[in-house]
Amino acid sequence: MEKKSLKGWLYLLPAILFLGCFLVYPLIDVFVYSVEEGYNFASQTYSGTGLYNYSYVLRDPYFLQALKNTFLLVVITVPVSTGLSLLISVGLSSIRPLRELFQTIFFLPYVTNTLAVGLVFMILFKKTAYTDGFVNLLLNWFGAGSIDFIDGPYAAKMFVLCLYTIWVVMPFKILILTSALASVNQTYYNAAKIDGTSGLRIFFRLTLPMISPTLVYLIITGFIGAFKAYSDAVALFGTDLNAAGMNTIVGYVYDMLYGNSGGYPSYASAAAVLLFAIVLTITCINLLVSRKHVHYFS
Amino acid sequence: MKDLKKEESMITETGKAFRARRTALKAVTYVFLTFWGLVVLFPFYWMVLTSVKSYGAYNSEYIPKLFTLSPTLENYAEAFTAVPLARYFANTILFTVGTTALMLAVTVLSAYAFARLDFRGKNLVFVIFLSLMMIPNELVVITNYVTVTNLDLRNTFTGLILPSVTSVFYIYLLKENFEQVPDQLYYAAKVDGTSDLKYLFRVMIPLCRPTIVTITILKAIECWNSYVWPRLVTDDQNYFLVSNGIQAIRENGFGRENIPAMMAAVVVISLPLIVLFLFFRRMIMAGVSRGGTKG
Repeated sequence: MEKKSLKGWLYLLPAILFLGCFLVYPLIDVFVYSVEEGYNFASQTYSGTGLYNYSYVLRDPYFLQALKNTFLLVVITVPVSTGLSLLISVGLSSIRPLRELFQTIFFLPYVTNTLAVGLVFMILFKKTAYTDGFVNLLLNWFGAGSIDFIDGPYAAKMFVLCLYTIWVVMPFKILILTSALASVNQTYYNAAKIDGTSGLRIFFRLTLPMISPTLVYLIITGFIGAFKAYSDAVALFGTDLNAAGMNTIVGYVYDMLYGNSGGYPSYASAAAVLLFAIVLTITCINLLVSRKHVHYFS
Repeated sequence: MKDLKKEESMITETGKAFRARRTALKAVTYVFLTFWGLVVLFPFYWMVLTSVKSYGAYNSEYIPKLFTLSPTLENYAEAFTAVPLARYFANTILFTVGTTALMLAVTVLSAYAFARLDFRGKNLVFVIFLSLMMIPNELVVITNYVTVTNLDLRNTFTGLILPSVTSVFYIYLLKENFEQVPDQLYYAAKVDGTSDLKYLFRVMIPLCRPTIVTITILKAIECWNSYVWPRLVTDDQNYFLVSNGIQAIRENGFGRENIPAMMAAVVVISLPLIVLFLFFRRMIMAGVSRGGTKG
């Protein structure tokens, strides 16, 4: 028995080593860092413990800007992308011909490099001395004036960021929702049809409740994902997000850690812990709200 | 009799209206889906289109043209000569292969331990593993960065690969699959005196190949697109991955204005994953719907 026990642990050893070094230890350490005041990266010393790092971060205008940007991004992209992907999935499951083709095309953004395609979005929206860019061409066709979406007004920049984020997160949502819709038992639909129930009523009274657990899953993961937005913004506005006024919370963490404004792991840790607290709170609220509205069928 | 006829015609009438409405709905659905298809495909079209326009042609178009009559491949040559794109590629391939191979070894061994071996504390460790799935990467990246810096592993493949290896979720996925292999096979192998390791390689892995291929592909996609960690631990161009390469190109590569060359680089970077996707479409989509998220 002892020998057998040993064998099991031996098989687990690599995983435990990796997880211990790069997941468990850092997790504890980040809280330690966040309360070490005046931490010096070079000498690895600190002057005291307390909550100063948190109050510094909470008063830093760059952090507040990042907080605002992230919240706006979350509030806009989560409902829009969930609603849009629901519409598309319902459309997909109601057709036969060309369905596979559409599914394949819709999934493409999932397998692309966020940084690389973000560059294409930047070019489509950017206005330079040489060209107004493609999107402004469209705007001009409709009689509107040109806007610089990349270096221009805040609302325009936010619009591009939201649009690109939605473009990136749609494939996952469409895929999950389409398979959820496909798994709804067909007999329910047949029964509803025999009763002469209208299409809209079927959707709200039958389809939506049946897929509500999946929707909740998507909304929760959507919230978590949107709160951690970063590379999309880098792709569009470059690495100096503070200068562009488009930083996100995660971006703030990395900027504190590294680069021209970096070298402050304590501030970075405090910001990361704050982010974690926000995400945890929102997820709990989501779960509480959804418990009242979700129908679980067994 | 007359009434009956009237009623009959009314029924066919509503039937016709019903069918017309259904056709209209179908048409609207197709138009809507096609519209979204265009939104998805247009950036790809634009990147290929721009990459085959010559530098001069692109910069003389104040109003961008939607097609080109004189495509050129000079931008691709430029992309490979003016910046070390081939180097970024080789680095990314090395990083992807190294990380994925290590991940597979770790995952297979621990999934086997959880699914097949009995030992004290197994359930407790499994619960701890599951709870580790909830820890966001952003929380641990700070200490990992400090660790790697202190160990002098910045700008090395060791520093790039090691913290990216483990994915608890894949251990869970593979364990579930391993458990579906009937116990009888194991006992039969034991009677024949097969060792656990041999049983794992000769029976379990071949039987669970689809899951193993799926997690391999998902991990490879994740590696190919990873940006944050490589950016933190590399500042030497010789160790850049494609994501960092593209960012460097954007900020000071070809000179800010050579957009066609930039787009050629973007095409080259995007192509491998798209080809992989077209080959393994069903497998990737099934794998992602079983629990992938955008990494």
